[in-house]
Amino acid sequence: MSDKVTLTIDGQQVTVPAGTTVLQAARMAGIEIPTLCHDPELTSPGACRLCVVEIEGMRNLPASCVTTAGDGMVVRTNSPDVIEARKTIIELLLANHPEDCLTCERTGQCRLQEYAYHYGVKGDTFHGERKQFPIDDSNPFIVRDMNKCIRCGKCVRVCEEVQGRSIYSFAYRGFDTIPATAMDTPLAESECVFCGSCVSVCPTGALTEKMMHGVGRSWELEKVKTTCPYCGVGCNFDLNVKDGKVVGVTSNAEAEVNGRALCVKGRFGYNFIHHPDRLTKPLIKKNGEFQEATWEEAINLVAEKFKEIKQEHGPDALAVFTSARCTNEENYLANKFARAVLGTNNIDHCARL
Amino acid sequence: MENLMTACCSECTHSPSQPCPDYIKCRTEGPICHDSEACRQKRQQLMDKVQVSPDKPHRRVLVCAGTGCISSGSRDVYNRMEAAVKEAGIDDCEVSITGCHGFCEQGPIVIIEPEGIFYGGVGADDVEEIVEKQLKNGEPVERLLYTEPTSGEKDKYYRDIMFYKKQERMVLKNCGHINPEKIDEYIITGGYRGLVKALTEYKPEEVIEEVKTSGLRGRGGGGFPTGLKWQFTAQAEGDQKYVVCNADEGDPGAFMDRSILEGNPHSVIEGMIIAGYAVGANEGYVYVRAEYPLAIKRLEIAIAQAEQYGILGDNIFDSGFSFKLRIKAGAGAFVCGEETALLNSIQGERGMPRVRPPFPANKGLWGKPTLLNNVETYANVPIIMEHGGRWYASRGTEKSKGTKVFALTGKVNNTGLAEVPMGITLREIIFDIGGGIKEGKQFKAVQIGGPSGGCLPAEKLDLPIDYDSLIDAGAMMGSGGLVVMDETTCMVDLARFFLTFTQNESCGKCTPCREGTKRMLEILTRITEGEGKEGDIETLERLAKSVKNTALCGLGQTAPNPILSTLRYFRDEYKAHIEKKWCPAGVCSALTVYKIDPDKCKGCTKCAKVCPVSAIKGEPKEVHEIDPEVCTKCGTCMENCKFEAIYKG
Repeated sequence: MSDKVTLTIDGQQVTVPAGTTVLQAARMAGIEIPTLCHDPELTSPGACRLCVVEIEGMRNLPASCVTTAGDGMVVRTNSPDVIEARKTIIELLLANHPEDCLTCERTGQCRLQEYAYHYGVKGDTFHGERKQFPIDDSNPFIVRDMNKCIRCGKCVRVCEEVQGRSIYSFAYRGFDTIPATAMDTPLAESECVFCGSCVSVCPTGALTEKMMHGVGRSWELEKVKTTCPYCGVGCNFDLNVKDGKVVGVTSNAEAEVNGRALCVKGRFGYNFIHHPDRLTKPLIKKNGEFQEATWEEAINLVAEKFKEIKQEHGPDALAVFTSARCTNEENYLANKFARAVLGTNNIDHCARL
Repeated sequence: MENLMTACCSECTHSPSQPCPDYIKCRTEGPICHDSEACRQKRQQLMDKVQVSPDKPHRRVLVCAGTGCISSGSRDVYNRMEAAVKEAGIDDCEVSITGCHGFCEQGPIVIIEPEGIFYGGVGADDVEEIVEKQLKNGEPVERLLYTEPTSGEKDKYYRDIMFYKKQERMVLKNCGHINPEKIDEYIITGGYRGLVKALTEYKPEEVIEEVKTSGLRGRGGGGFPTGLKWQFTAQAEGDQKYVVCNADEGDPGAFMDRSILEGNPHSVIEGMIIAGYAVGANEGYVYVRAEYPLAIKRLEIAIAQAEQYGILGDNIFDSGFSFKLRIKAGAGAFVCGEETALLNSIQGERGMPRVRPPFPANKGLWGKPTLLNNVETYANVPIIMEHGGRWYASRGTEKSKGTKVFALTGKVNNTGLAEVPMGITLREIIFDIGGGIKEGKQFKAVQIGGPSGGCLPAEKLDLPIDYDSLIDAGAMMGSGGLVVMDETTCMVDLARFFLTFTQNESCGKCTPCREGTKRMLEILTRITEGEGKEGDIETLERLAKSVKNTALCGLGQTAPNPILSTLRYFRDEYKAHIEKKWCPAGVCSALTVYKIDPDKCKGCTKCAKVCPVSAIKGEPKEVHEIDPEVCTKCGTCMENCKFEAIYKG
């Protein structure tokens, strides 16, 4: 078998490595195909069916995300049948979706909204039952609004395939099908560790960051790439900044170390940044009370005290305790400081946060 | 000798612990390892008890113990019969249970062999009379004989009954004639010969060739050529392969797979072992729905007996081939009949279909090459191996070979399982085998293939049935459900019924099936409730087309078929509901009005008395009237009117 295949997509000849899906091949050729359940980092269930295309000689309309490109294949991504099918799918999704884009947290970065706009689909084709689920905001981090869920199953897959937690699984059947926790409990009562990966992959407003509710529209937020200060892993993410204030953290697929994965601290533990109790200047206790000091004063005082102790009691009276929040380089320096400067092997670190 | 496994004498070298290619032959035709007339006679005696014939004294009283007959009381009949025969001192007569005869509405059924006398609707209280008259004096019990619905004549013998006359029972041949809980009876009537032949005379690829020659196609509905599927699985690379039997019969009304497993479980086991040998698999699973407890029980017994006889296990018949078989009870989701969902279910996951390709032949159970066939398909395999592929291919039509078991139900006189040669017409099945429409009503349509199938009207009655002709006509073979409908069936309501089923049973994975069937169902419900509006038919057609074109699995893709086929053949009925707010069949209560015919009404006041909402007014001996505003259309008045003066219009 040759390691390359050549196919025709919308009249354009495309040569791709064998094993490439039709969706990938189209994207490589700059042809956009809409997807809701597809995610390059997760397995493809072929569930939403929005990426259907027409392939000569194939029965029905296959989903391009799970169809392997074949040599000589003739693919059409925008034939009338394909467009009709996609419109119907969006209509069907909208028929069971609240029409509250005005206040929805996800507005502006919602895939369903984007495709409805692109295909000119309004939400008034079918007037039937809409699911009415209570909103799950049982926990401080994630708001789970199943009324906005389109059952793409990305939350199920990211939790199982990336995090290995398998908090969600599909439950019930037919129109009642939803991704649910074990025994369909609120997230707070589940085994969820609130890493928020599910939020990062959700294409609609079904899973959102609770603390980011109402703090700003997506287009108002400046994304500032930074490194997480919590531990030495060095995860990167985007601080969401509005008017000079950090209002949220979102993961960034481009992050080299961690991709979209973050832990609960990195993703949700940013409140300390603007917290009034946060120490921003050194304090020295004078007459039983802390008083602001300069860095020079503070460091000199500590150095003095170290010297005194070492002289009086020997270097082993001192110990250095470092932190996993420090980088490897910082920890290396601390080790040097303990052994070479203080002259003790008493060095340890907390190893965990 | 208690059974076939027991050695006839100390000279016999055959036993399950010493596998031998001649094992079955020795047990049925032997002994062949040594020569002894006495031993031969011992075996013959065992055989004679099962293979009764008019020239020998032995007789058999067969009490049906299929699910249908058991639920109408056949266990009591069996117990009473056994006791009564013993009491009467008839010793050359064995009372035995059997699997299903397919004619469940006549149950409990009792057959007297070798004569082949058929008694239907036998109660425990009828037993004494049967023993007294039939067994002792050879006189039939007239009142228990079957009456033909068309001619009104009584049939004494099984073979004379119209329901069976046009059938060609190959797969069901043993169902109803052997005791499914005794492996000996299967072996004595020819069982496991096909397996011996495959393992001792054929190479695996030759078995596949034989199946290909037979032209056998999947009996689960799709109709994919079985031999080709076997070949793909055999050719797939993998250190471990599996053979799986799909016994998750989920179509409403279909019960042929259950009947085969209950009545002749060894035929499926034999088919699966042959399949395992052909594709190179040493392990198999039978996926049976837990709602079939009797099928599971009989299968368990059959597997245990086959293991005991060395027919399942290591080095079967000294061929070097080993095969193990396990049962997995399914929880009853309709979608688990879809092969990839079924595999997920065996793996302990939620029964949701996987994307195909890769097909199970390449990546199936636990990612290994897996052969998946339906119960009826496997049950055909021993027949093919025994008689040869060419023999099998001589039956049926050009592209559909052999027979198919149909579950005939609905408004037809004879309901039950009928095994017919491919190519038979619908008319023959419904009017000859089925004995025509009940109460002399008009045939309207027949729904073929369950929720995935379609409805065919009277003009299709002479259509020869095979896989391809049915698809062309807008239906499909499916698992073989045949629901007959008369003039009192509303086609819109029927489509609504099937959509309710598919919507409830949708796994929810793909958008078109989960959301599309819901909206189609809502529109159909509206139409049947008198709230249909212009454009509904077009919306239904548009949705149906999209769902058919884009759904992930076969169930979703075929879910719109009941709508599409009823729209194709009964569009006027939809229009009548929407435009005239009238249900021609008088089924949709919102679209029917009960009226009293003044010429027929005698003023007896009965209707007024039985009306639960007092909607009927009228003086005695004067014509009554129904107030449509008050009437709840329950139909009680019509049922109670002696003068047939009340009608729906």
